[in-house]
Amino acid sequence: MRRLMFLIPLVLFLGLAGWFAVRLKQIDRGDTPDHLPSVMIDKPVPAFDLPPLVEGQPGVAAKDLGPSAGESGKVRLVNFWASWCAPCRSEHPILMRLAGQGVDIRGIDYKDKAADGQAILARDGNPYAAVARDESGRTAIDFGVYGVPETYVIDRQGRIRYRQVGPITPQDLQNRILPLINELSK
Amino acid sequence: MRRALFPPARVTPVLVTLVLVATLLSGPLARAVQPDEMLSDPAMEARARAISKDLRCLVCQNQSIDDSDAPLARDLRLLLRERLVKGDTDAQAVAYLTDRYGDYVLLRPPVRPATYLLWFGPFVLLVGGGGILLWRGRRGSTGAEAVAPPLTAEEKAHLALLMRDEDEGKGRS
Repeated sequence: MRRLMFLIPLVLFLGLAGWFAVRLKQIDRGDTPDHLPSVMIDKPVPAFDLPPLVEGQPGVAAKDLGPSAGESGKVRLVNFWASWCAPCRSEHPILMRLAGQGVDIRGIDYKDKAADGQAILARDGNPYAAVARDESGRTAIDFGVYGVPETYVIDRQGRIRYRQVGPITPQDLQNRILPLINELSK
Repeated sequence: MRRALFPPARVTPVLVTLVLVATLLSGPLARAVQPDEMLSDPAMEARARAISKDLRCLVCQNQSIDDSDAPLARDLRLLLRERLVKGDTDAQAVAYLTDRYGDYVLLRPPVRPATYLLWFGPFVLLVGGGGILLWRGRRGSTGAEAVAPPLTAEEKAHLALLMRDEDEGKGRS
Protein backbone atom coordinates (compact mmCIF):
# COMPACT_ATOMS: atom_id res chain seq x y z
CA MET A 1 0.00 0.00 0.00
CA ARG A 2 2.64 2.50 1.05
CA ARG A 3 4.66 1.60 -1.98
CA LEU A 4 1.81 2.70 -4.28
CA MET A 5 1.37 6.08 -2.55
CA PHE A 6 3.56 7.74 -5.15
CA LEU A 7 0.81 7.04 -7.71
CA ILE A 8 -1.69 9.33 -5.93
CA PRO A 9 -0.63 12.54 -7.75
CA LEU A 10 -0.73 10.71 -11.07
CA VAL A 11 -4.23 9.38 -10.39
CA LEU A 12 -5.39 12.85 -9.31
CA PHE A 13 -3.90 14.35 -12.44
CA LEU A 14 -5.53 11.80 -14.74
CA GLY A 15 -8.88 12.33 -13.03
CA LEU A 16 -8.66 16.10 -13.42
CA ALA A 17 -7.46 15.86 -17.04
CA GLY A 18 -10.33 13.49 -17.81
CA TRP A 19 -12.87 15.88 -16.29
CA PHE A 20 -11.41 18.79 -18.26
CA ALA A 21 -11.65 16.74 -21.46
CA VAL A 22 -15.32 15.94 -20.79
CA ARG A 23 -16.13 19.60 -20.09
CA LEU A 24 -14.26 20.77 -23.19
CA LYS A 25 -16.36 18.43 -25.29
CA GLN A 26 -19.54 19.65 -23.64
CA ILE A 27 -18.58 23.29 -24.15
CA ASP A 28 -17.89 22.48 -27.80
CA ARG A 29 -21.47 21.31 -28.07
CA GLY A 30 -22.70 24.58 -26.61
CA ASP A 31 -23.03 23.56 -22.97
CA THR A 32 -21.09 26.54 -21.62
CA PRO A 33 -21.09 27.67 -17.97
CA ASP A 34 -23.33 30.64 -18.82
CA HIS A 35 -25.84 28.28 -20.41
CA LEU A 36 -28.48 27.99 -17.73
CA PRO A 37 -30.81 25.04 -17.59
CA SER A 38 -34.44 26.02 -18.11
CA VAL A 39 -37.00 25.00 -15.52
CA MET A 40 -39.71 25.51 -18.14
CA ILE A 41 -38.80 22.37 -20.08
CA ASP A 42 -41.80 20.03 -20.48
CA LYS A 43 -44.13 22.67 -19.04
CA PRO A 44 -46.93 24.26 -21.04
CA VAL A 45 -46.14 27.70 -22.46
CA PRO A 46 -47.02 30.46 -19.99
CA ALA A 47 -50.25 32.36 -20.55
CA PHE A 48 -49.70 35.39 -22.73
CA ASP A 49 -51.37 37.42 -25.45
CA LEU A 50 -49.14 39.98 -27.11
CA PRO A 51 -50.11 42.66 -29.62
CA PRO A 52 -48.76 42.47 -33.17
CA LEU A 53 -45.58 44.24 -34.19
CA VAL A 54 -47.27 45.43 -37.37
CA GLU A 55 -50.71 46.93 -36.95
CA GLY A 56 -53.40 44.82 -38.58
CA GLN A 57 -51.38 41.60 -38.64
CA PRO A 58 -51.79 38.81 -36.07
CA GLY A 59 -49.92 38.96 -32.78
CA VAL A 60 -48.74 35.96 -30.79
CA ALA A 61 -50.64 34.36 -27.92
CA ALA A 62 -50.39 31.15 -25.90
CA LYS A 63 -53.50 29.82 -27.65
CA ASP A 64 -51.64 29.97 -31.01
CA LEU A 65 -49.21 27.36 -29.71
CA GLY A 66 -50.27 23.76 -29.34
CA PRO A 67 -53.60 22.31 -30.41
CA SER A 68 -56.37 24.69 -31.34
CA ALA A 69 -59.90 24.20 -32.56
CA GLY A 70 -59.98 21.89 -35.59
CA GLU A 71 -56.22 21.35 -35.64
CA SER A 72 -54.09 18.79 -33.81
CA GLY A 73 -51.30 21.31 -33.29
CA LYS A 74 -47.89 21.45 -34.83
CA VAL A 75 -44.34 21.91 -33.65
CA ARG A 76 -43.46 25.57 -33.53
CA LEU A 77 -40.57 27.77 -32.56
CA VAL A 78 -40.89 30.88 -30.45
CA ASN A 79 -38.02 33.27 -31.07
CA PHE A 80 -37.30 36.23 -28.79
CA TRP A 81 -35.38 38.90 -30.67
CA ALA A 82 -34.88 42.64 -30.91
CA SER A 83 -33.67 45.15 -33.46
CA TRP A 84 -30.97 46.34 -31.02
CA CYS A 85 -29.61 42.82 -30.55
CA ALA A 86 -26.52 42.08 -32.62
CA PRO A 87 -26.50 38.26 -32.19
CA CYS A 88 -30.08 38.27 -33.48
CA ARG A 89 -28.78 39.59 -36.79
CA SER A 90 -26.30 36.71 -37.07
CA GLU A 91 -29.12 34.28 -36.33
CA HIS A 92 -31.48 35.84 -38.83
CA PRO A 93 -30.33 33.96 -41.98
CA ILE A 94 -30.80 30.66 -40.16
CA LEU A 95 -34.34 31.62 -39.20
CA MET A 96 -35.00 32.58 -42.83
CA ARG A 97 -33.74 29.16 -43.93
CA LEU A 98 -35.90 27.38 -41.35
CA ALA A 99 -38.94 29.35 -42.44
CA GLY A 100 -38.13 28.41 -46.04
CA GLN A 101 -38.24 24.75 -45.00
CA GLY A 102 -41.76 25.29 -43.67
CA VAL A 103 -40.98 25.59 -39.96
CA ASP A 104 -43.53 27.73 -38.14
CA ILE A 105 -41.66 30.41 -36.19
CA ARG A 106 -43.42 32.91 -33.98
CA GLY A 107 -41.37 36.00 -33.26
CA ILE A 108 -41.49 38.12 -30.14
CA ASP A 109 -39.82 41.49 -30.44
CA TYR A 110 -38.39 42.07 -26.97
CA LYS A 111 -38.32 45.58 -25.46
CA ASP A 112 -38.02 47.28 -28.80
CA LYS A 113 -39.43 50.29 -30.60
CA ALA A 114 -42.09 49.09 -33.02
CA ALA A 115 -40.66 51.17 -35.86
CA ASP A 116 -37.17 49.71 -35.35
CA GLY A 117 -38.46 46.14 -35.30
CA GLN A 118 -40.55 46.71 -38.40
CA ALA A 119 -37.63 48.34 -40.22
CA ILE A 120 -35.31 45.38 -39.56
CA LEU A 121 -37.87 42.88 -40.86
CA ALA A 122 -38.49 45.03 -43.94
CA ARG A 123 -34.74 45.20 -44.61
CA ASP A 124 -33.63 41.63 -43.84
CA GLY A 125 -36.82 39.66 -44.48
CA ASN A 126 -39.47 38.28 -42.17
CA PRO A 127 -39.07 34.63 -41.15
CA TYR A 128 -42.03 34.73 -38.76
CA ALA A 129 -45.51 33.30 -39.24
CA ALA A 130 -46.55 36.02 -36.80
CA VAL A 131 -44.64 38.67 -34.85
CA ALA A 132 -45.66 40.29 -31.60
CA ARG A 133 -44.23 42.98 -29.36
CA ASP A 134 -43.25 42.41 -25.77
CA GLU A 135 -42.68 45.99 -24.78
CA SER A 136 -42.55 45.43 -21.02
CA GLY A 137 -40.56 42.21 -21.28
CA ARG A 138 -43.01 40.47 -18.93
CA THR A 139 -43.84 37.61 -21.28
CA ALA A 140 -40.12 37.02 -21.74
CA ILE A 141 -39.74 36.78 -17.95
CA ASP A 142 -42.62 34.26 -17.88
CA PHE A 143 -40.68 32.14 -20.38
CA GLY A 144 -37.51 32.49 -18.30
CA VAL A 145 -35.72 34.54 -20.93
CA TYR A 146 -32.58 36.25 -19.63
CA GLY A 147 -31.23 37.67 -22.86
CA VAL A 148 -32.03 37.85 -26.55
CA PRO A 149 -31.99 35.90 -28.74
CA GLU A 150 -33.61 32.90 -27.14
CA THR A 151 -35.57 30.30 -29.03
CA TYR A 152 -38.05 27.78 -27.65
CA VAL A 153 -39.21 24.61 -29.37
CA ILE A 154 -42.92 24.06 -28.59
CA ASP A 155 -44.37 20.61 -29.16
CA ARG A 156 -47.78 19.79 -30.63
CA GLN A 157 -49.39 19.84 -27.19
CA GLY A 158 -48.07 23.34 -26.54
CA ARG A 159 -45.33 22.34 -24.13
CA ILE A 160 -41.84 23.83 -24.11
CA ARG A 161 -39.41 21.08 -25.09
CA TYR A 162 -36.14 22.90 -25.71
CA ARG A 163 -34.57 26.25 -25.08
CA GLN A 164 -31.81 27.72 -27.20
CA VAL A 165 -29.88 30.43 -25.38
CA GLY A 166 -28.14 32.82 -27.75
CA PRO A 167 -28.18 32.66 -31.53
CA ILE A 168 -28.89 29.36 -33.26
CA THR A 169 -25.68 28.23 -34.93
CA PRO A 170 -25.66 25.85 -37.93
CA GLN A 171 -24.37 23.15 -35.56
CA ASP A 172 -27.24 23.69 -33.11
CA LEU A 173 -29.63 23.49 -36.03
CA GLN A 174 -28.20 20.22 -37.36
CA ASN A 175 -27.49 18.51 -34.05
CA ARG A 176 -30.37 19.57 -31.88
CA ILE A 177 -33.17 21.64 -33.31
CA LEU A 178 -33.94 19.92 -36.62
CA PRO A 179 -33.76 16.39 -35.11
CA LEU A 180 -36.03 17.53 -32.27
CA ILE A 181 -38.55 19.10 -34.65
CA ASN A 182 -38.59 15.89 -36.72
CA GLU A 183 -39.04 13.72 -33.66
CA LEU A 184 -41.79 15.88 -32.16
CA SER A 185 -43.62 16.11 -35.49
CA LYS A 186 -44.07 12.32 -35.73
CA MET B 1 6.72 88.42 -4.72
CA ARG B 2 3.57 86.56 -5.56
CA ARG B 3 2.47 83.87 -3.13
CA ALA B 4 0.03 81.17 -4.02
CA LEU B 5 -2.68 80.71 -1.44
CA PHE B 6 -2.17 76.94 -1.58
CA PRO B 7 1.31 75.95 -2.66
CA PRO B 8 0.84 73.20 -5.29
CA ALA B 9 3.11 70.78 -3.47
CA ARG B 10 0.81 70.89 -0.43
CA VAL B 11 -2.51 70.94 -2.16
CA THR B 12 -1.97 67.92 -4.38
CA PRO B 13 -1.75 65.30 -1.59
CA VAL B 14 -4.74 66.85 0.14
CA LEU B 15 -6.78 66.75 -3.06
CA VAL B 16 -5.76 63.19 -3.82
CA THR B 17 -6.74 62.13 -0.31
CA LEU B 18 -10.10 63.89 -0.57
CA VAL B 19 -10.85 62.27 -3.93
CA LEU B 20 -9.85 58.87 -2.57
CA VAL B 21 -12.02 59.23 0.52
CA ALA B 22 -14.95 60.44 -1.58
CA THR B 23 -14.54 57.51 -3.96
CA LEU B 24 -14.41 54.99 -1.13
CA LEU B 25 -17.42 56.50 0.59
CA SER B 26 -19.53 56.77 -2.55
CA GLY B 27 -19.14 53.08 -3.40
CA PRO B 28 -21.64 51.76 -0.87
CA LEU B 29 -23.96 54.70 -1.57
CA ALA B 30 -24.17 54.04 -5.30
CA ARG B 31 -27.32 51.99 -5.77
CA ALA B 32 -28.78 50.39 -8.81
CA VAL B 33 -32.26 50.86 -7.38
CA GLN B 34 -33.70 54.03 -8.87
CA PRO B 35 -36.03 56.31 -6.89
CA ASP B 36 -38.87 55.73 -9.35
CA GLU B 37 -38.76 51.99 -8.61
CA MET B 38 -39.18 52.35 -4.87
CA LEU B 39 -42.43 51.63 -3.09
CA SER B 40 -44.06 54.37 -1.06
CA ASP B 41 -44.49 52.01 1.89
CA PRO B 42 -41.05 51.93 3.59
CA ALA B 43 -41.71 48.58 5.30
CA MET B 44 -42.59 46.92 2.00
CA GLU B 45 -39.67 48.60 0.25
CA ALA B 46 -37.36 47.22 2.95
CA ARG B 47 -38.77 43.74 2.36
CA ALA B 48 -38.21 44.12 -1.38
CA ARG B 49 -34.64 45.26 -0.80
CA ALA B 50 -33.93 42.35 1.52
CA ILE B 51 -35.33 39.81 -0.95
CA SER B 52 -33.64 41.29 -3.99
CA LYS B 53 -30.22 41.19 -2.30
CA ASP B 54 -30.46 37.39 -2.45
CA LEU B 55 -31.67 37.20 -6.04
CA ARG B 56 -29.15 36.76 -8.80
CA CYS B 57 -29.08 39.04 -11.80
CA LEU B 58 -29.21 36.52 -14.65
CA VAL B 59 -27.39 38.78 -17.04
CA CYS B 60 -24.35 39.59 -14.90
CA GLN B 61 -24.62 36.41 -12.80
CA ASN B 62 -22.33 37.55 -10.00
CA GLN B 63 -24.42 40.48 -8.85
CA SER B 64 -27.72 40.55 -7.06
CA ILE B 65 -30.60 42.26 -8.81
CA ASP B 66 -30.36 44.87 -6.04
CA ASP B 67 -26.83 45.76 -7.21
CA SER B 68 -27.16 45.39 -10.94
CA ASP B 69 -27.83 48.08 -13.48
CA ALA B 70 -28.86 45.55 -16.13
CA PRO B 71 -32.31 46.26 -17.61
CA LEU B 72 -33.49 42.74 -16.75
CA ALA B 73 -32.46 43.29 -13.12
CA ARG B 74 -34.58 46.45 -13.06
CA ASP B 75 -37.51 44.54 -14.57
CA LEU B 76 -37.15 41.85 -11.95
CA ARG B 77 -36.97 44.44 -9.15
CA LEU B 78 -40.18 46.03 -10.41
CA LEU B 79 -41.82 42.62 -10.77
CA LEU B 80 -40.81 41.65 -7.24
CA ARG B 81 -42.30 44.87 -5.82
CA GLU B 82 -45.44 44.30 -7.82
CA ARG B 83 -45.82 40.83 -6.33
CA LEU B 84 -45.35 42.18 -2.80
CA VAL B 85 -47.93 44.90 -3.37
CA LYS B 86 -50.34 42.24 -4.61
CA GLY B 87 -49.99 40.56 -1.22
CA ASP B 88 -47.41 37.85 -1.87
CA THR B 89 -45.41 36.65 1.11
CA ASP B 90 -41.63 36.80 0.74
CA ALA B 91 -41.55 33.07 -0.03
CA GLN B 92 -44.30 33.39 -2.65
CA ALA B 93 -42.54 36.27 -4.36
CA VAL B 94 -39.29 34.31 -4.51
CA ALA B 95 -41.15 31.21 -5.73
CA TYR B 96 -42.62 33.29 -8.55
CA LEU B 97 -39.11 33.84 -9.85
CA THR B 98 -37.74 30.33 -9.19
CA ASP B 99 -40.75 28.97 -11.14
CA ARG B 100 -39.37 30.81 -14.17
CA TYR B 101 -35.63 30.91 -13.66
CA GLY B 102 -34.98 27.94 -11.37
CA ASP B 103 -32.82 27.81 -8.25
CA TYR B 104 -30.12 29.56 -10.24
CA VAL B 105 -31.80 32.87 -9.49
CA LEU B 106 -31.09 32.35 -5.78
CA LEU B 107 -27.71 33.59 -4.62
CA ARG B 108 -28.09 31.34 -1.57
CA PRO B 109 -28.66 27.88 -3.04
CA PRO B 110 -31.18 25.72 -1.18
CA VAL B 111 -29.97 22.59 0.64
CA ARG B 112 -31.09 19.58 -1.37
CA PRO B 113 -29.40 16.40 -2.62
CA ALA B 114 -27.98 18.12 -5.71
CA THR B 115 -26.29 20.75 -3.53
CA TYR B 116 -25.11 18.51 -0.67
CA LEU B 117 -21.59 18.50 -2.11
CA LEU B 118 -21.64 22.30 -2.24
CA TRP B 119 -22.90 22.74 1.31
CA PHE B 120 -21.14 19.88 3.08
CA GLY B 121 -18.09 19.30 0.85
CA PRO B 122 -15.87 21.80 2.70
CA PHE B 123 -16.70 20.20 6.07
CA VAL B 124 -16.00 16.74 4.67
CA LEU B 125 -12.64 18.02 3.46
CA LEU B 126 -11.94 19.69 6.81
CA VAL B 127 -12.84 16.62 8.87
CA GLY B 128 -11.10 14.27 6.45
CA GLY B 129 -7.94 16.39 6.24
CA GLY B 130 -7.94 16.92 10.00
CA GLY B 131 -8.37 13.17 10.51
CA ILE B 132 -5.42 12.36 8.29
CA LEU B 133 -3.25 14.92 10.08
CA LEU B 134 -4.26 13.56 13.49
CA TRP B 135 -3.64 9.99 12.39
CA ARG B 136 -0.22 10.81 11.01
CA GLY B 137 0.67 12.95 14.03
CA ARG B 138 -0.27 10.23 16.50
CA ARG B 139 1.59 7.56 14.56
CA GLY B 140 4.69 9.77 14.60
CA SER B 141 4.66 10.40 18.37
CA THR B 142 3.78 6.88 19.58
CA GLY B 143 6.22 5.26 17.18
CA ALA B 144 9.95 5.21 17.83
CA GLU B 145 10.57 8.90 17.55
CA ALA B 146 14.24 8.72 16.66
CA VAL B 147 16.11 9.91 19.76
CA ALA B 148 19.75 10.46 18.88
CA PRO B 149 22.00 7.99 20.75
CA PRO B 150 24.42 9.63 23.22
CA LEU B 151 27.86 10.51 21.90
CA THR B 152 30.66 8.01 22.34
CA ALA B 153 33.83 9.00 24.18
CA GLU B 154 35.69 9.26 20.89
CA GLU B 155 33.08 11.64 19.42
CA LYS B 156 33.14 13.78 22.56
CA ALA B 157 36.89 14.14 22.27
CA HIS B 158 36.60 15.11 18.61
CA LEU B 159 33.95 17.67 19.42
CA ALA B 160 36.04 19.21 22.18
CA LEU B 161 38.93 19.51 19.76
CA LEU B 162 36.77 21.30 17.19
CA MET B 163 35.38 23.72 19.76
CA ARG B 164 38.83 24.61 20.98
CA ASP B 165 40.03 25.28 17.43
CA GLU B 166 37.08 27.58 16.96
CA ASP B 167 37.84 29.58 20.13
CA GLU B 168 41.47 29.96 19.18
CA GLY B 169 40.49 31.14 15.74
CA LYS B 170 38.41 33.91 17.31
CA GLY B 171 41.24 34.95 19.61
CA ARG B 172 43.66 35.43 16.74
CA SER B 173 41.59 37.73 14.65
